[in-house]
Amino acid sequence: MSSLPPYASLGQRTWFYTFRFICGLIFFFLIFPILVIIPLSFNAENFFTFTPEMLSFDPAGYSLKHYMDFFTSPDWQAALRNSVSIAPAATILATGFGTLAAIGLSQSHMPFRSVVMAMLISPMIVPLIISAAGMYFFYSRIGLQGTYIGVVMAHAALGTPFVIITVTATLVGFDQSLVRAAANLGANPVTTFFRVQMPLILPGVISGALFAFITSFDEVVVVLFLGSASQKTLPWQMFTGLREQISPTILAVATILVAISVLLLTTLELLRRRSERLRGLTPG
Amino acid sequence: MSDTSQADTALTTQDGVPLKVSIARALRRQKIRALLLVAPLFLFILLSFVAPIADMLFRSVENDLVPSTLPKTVVALQVWDQHSGTLPPEEVFAALAADLKVATKAKTHTRVGSRLNYEKPGISSLFRKTGRRVGKFEDGNYTEQFLKADKKWGDIEVWQVIKRFSTPFTAGYFLAAVDAEQTEDGVRFKPDDEQIYLFLFGRTMILSITITASCILLGYPIAFLLSSLPLRSSNMLMILVLLPFWTSLLVRTSAWKVLLQQQGVINDTLVWLGIVGDDSRLALINNQTGTIIAMTHILLPFMILPLFSVMKTISPTYMRAAKSMGASDWYAFWRVYFPQTIPGIGAGSILVFILSIGYYITPELVGGTSGIFISNRIAYHISYSLNWGLAAALGVILLAMVMVLYWMYDRIVGIDNVKLG
Repeated sequence: MSSLPPYASLGQRTWFYTFRFICGLIFFFLIFPILVIIPLSFNAENFFTFTPEMLSFDPAGYSLKHYMDFFTSPDWQAALRNSVSIAPAATILATGFGTLAAIGLSQSHMPFRSVVMAMLISPMIVPLIISAAGMYFFYSRIGLQGTYIGVVMAHAALGTPFVIITVTATLVGFDQSLVRAAANLGANPVTTFFRVQMPLILPGVISGALFAFITSFDEVVVVLFLGSASQKTLPWQMFTGLREQISPTILAVATILVAISVLLLTTLELLRRRSERLRGLTPG
Repeated sequence: MSDTSQADTALTTQDGVPLKVSIARALRRQKIRALLLVAPLFLFILLSFVAPIADMLFRSVENDLVPSTLPKTVVALQVWDQHSGTLPPEEVFAALAADLKVATKAKTHTRVGSRLNYEKPGISSLFRKTGRRVGKFEDGNYTEQFLKADKKWGDIEVWQVIKRFSTPFTAGYFLAAVDAEQTEDGVRFKPDDEQIYLFLFGRTMILSITITASCILLGYPIAFLLSSLPLRSSNMLMILVLLPFWTSLLVRTSAWKVLLQQQGVINDTLVWLGIVGDDSRLALINNQTGTIIAMTHILLPFMILPLFSVMKTISPTYMRAAKSMGASDWYAFWRVYFPQTIPGIGAGSILVFILSIGYYITPELVGGTSGIFISNRIAYHISYSLNWGLAAALGVILLAMVMVLYWMYDRIVGIDNVKLG
């Protein structure tokens, strides 16, 4: 399907272009909702649709007032602060525990591997509403409901499966004889880990950490149940905004979040390329 | 024991330990090291995730409230035959008076009342009303005093409910979760027009199947195109799939909320094009259409990515071979290419289906009342009606469904083959 042969019949040509057209429509469906909110966030009115001024590209139809609102409103600023303080803590917990566990799980002599793996991956499989319900019940028993620590713990638990999956995938390409070589040359296990193994699996660890970060940064269901008003995060604020008093400030926030996702996606792509290049160089 | 004679000749390491022992020791050390590396996360997940799920399982059958608040009554009721058709004897009323006196001081009688109210409406107010008077009850002749406080104490059904829920565990929440109730004549399902949860489970399934089907329909051409294009252009187009995948769920939901409104972009465009009249704008949001459109968009990347990874491994020579042997384009695709992509369709479908039956945020925001899922009902019971036991029972049923699907996914794809991005 990549290109038409010169002998293609009329029917084949028609189908070829029809197929491309259909695919174009589906791509449009995928990307349009995300692109459309960007111009709408510069709307000078408090509307959710294009005003006649905007359609005629009149500068008066556009303004930064929704962005101003985001940066001056105490509610949104508090939400931003909470998001920025919860997500990194959860990421550090998830990446630290997850990387160690992935190294352990990749060793050939790990007992009960599949059972342990299934349990550690389970936070990714269980629907969020069920995790949220269970955590709400249990954390209120042990006094963690409505606390910063409780939310961080919950988010770290939800993020670890991604760290395990990405780090394990990187370790598949890791040559174990490098560890033996280091030991043979007199390095102790700690030195071997930080000087030999860690630099090589770093791309996997970083992309796992990015997944864990975005999991926590975007998460709303669990924090909705577990958090109290002082843990209100950005997605939570957006959720209440969408449900109750719908204000175009949400679109400004959404645009900022899209910019963050583009940044993350670029970072991940660069890391993937680097890791592929490195893996091409490693023997075996 | 013939090995003993050979022990002297067996291989040993330099310091004289038999090689077998030495290897066993090294293996054991490696095993312990691997376990120690996994242990911190294992304990962390056990505390932060597995314990909460276990707690939910426990809460779905737990019924400690009645026996712990009305201990004497529960004991006294054991001698009463609930099928006898008569009220419980005087001792039971005396025990209840004693229990209620303690409970009103601790203010726990209203909790028992609202718990039993799930089973028989009216009990909550009965307990509250009696709680106010029980302090003034005189010794003796309790039956009469209770009946004077509220006539409902003469209703045998009230006593049957109390007796039925005096055990520390109950199946009552699960029965309620499938629209059934325990009566004296055994389990009875509610009439069709009163069924809430079975209906919601059914709707969750139907909507999830619809969403999965539309994801296959839209995802298959895209995955096919991406796998057949040269690497450079497919990588570029892949960004169009990955960007939505990476964009916050709430961003995408708010985008759809903006697009689908009555005064939103889609309706405005349709009116401008003259397809629909200004007074007959389409209702695209706060109903099932809204849920299906928004969730198909949100879950589509989860269908495209597994399909793409399967299609990339299919060699184009098969199609060429089929065509060189005289198959038409369609026949070659349908009989040669398509069967090889079925594992991808299976993996993608199960993934999308698992994700969709547990969805909460999107149906809540764009689903209105006709487009909500069972998870929205669970959230309602936790936050508003405070019937945690029922919320837990609904959660356990949903979890069981997901686990079955997960097991199928593991059989078809293998959990180790999960790929991200």
